[in-house]
Amino acid sequence: MISLSLTPTASWYLILAAVLFAIGTFGVLVRRNPLVMFMCIELMLNAVNLSFVTLARELNDINGQTIVFFVMVVAAAEVVVGLGIIVSIMRNRAALTVDDLAELKG
Amino acid sequence: MQFFVFVCAALMILLGAVGVIVRKHPVHAALSLVLTLFGVAVSFVSQEAHFLAAVQVIVYAGAIVVLFLFVIMLLGVDRVENLRTEPLTAQRPLAIITCLGLVGVLVAAIVNGNGVLNERGEGINLPDLQNGPDANTVQLAESIFSRYVVAFEVTSVLLVIAVVGTVLLTRKRLAKASVK
Repeated sequence: MISLSLTPTASWYLILAAVLFAIGTFGVLVRRNPLVMFMCIELMLNAVNLSFVTLARELNDINGQTIVFFVMVVAAAEVVVGLGIIVSIMRNRAALTVDDLAELKG
Repeated sequence: MQFFVFVCAALMILLGAVGVIVRKHPVHAALSLVLTLFGVAVSFVSQEAHFLAAVQVIVYAGAIVVLFLFVIMLLGVDRVENLRTEPLTAQRPLAIITCLGLVGVLVAAIVNGNGVLNERGEGINLPDLQNGPDANTVQLAESIFSRYVVAFEVTSVLLVIAVVGTVLLTRKRLAKASVK
């Protein structure tokens, strides 16, 4: 169980990462601005990175930090491609919510 | 002292995250995201991941948020989302229930699984008199450039593909008539 002393253990950081992940999920589900949805995906990626670093510290394994390095690189590539798609879709539109992208609706 | 650092980092992370999802102006959301990213960097430092904390500040808080702000300015900074209207009925209550359930499941798994993982790695070098001040960076570099060197090279290919693809994607197409 979680010890009640005032030294932060790995569980504290893992629970913090879980809460951060849930806030990011809530943002993706609720917000309709595609840019803000993207920021919420970044929140979720950061929660996972925090878990990786915590477990690397807890299990004394440097490979957890290596994985975080790769996650950061892939996140950077993902942001570049995603923002490129958003710019090319939204360039000639007045509205800026994902609900307005309804051309395929029958 | 560690408790104080943890509380500060947790406050930064949670306030920033809540700011991202409740501020209706995208610029304010991006600045709240910076607060969260710095909080994550602080908790990286407090867990001996010094190199990753520096990369977090430089790449995330520096490059990625600046990219977000660029795109917000490019698309028009005045477009503010109206958060009062709810396009789908019962979407927000369902989202709240989903996220509370997610937190519950994750916390239960963390509390129950505490101490289950018994396998230990070779250890993380801490910066001290024996290892030198850059022990974490040296050890991380040894891991990346020996065991994960193929993944590292593939990552560079991924970055090139992403950049070329984005340039092709956002280029304005010239009219065929003007070429003739």
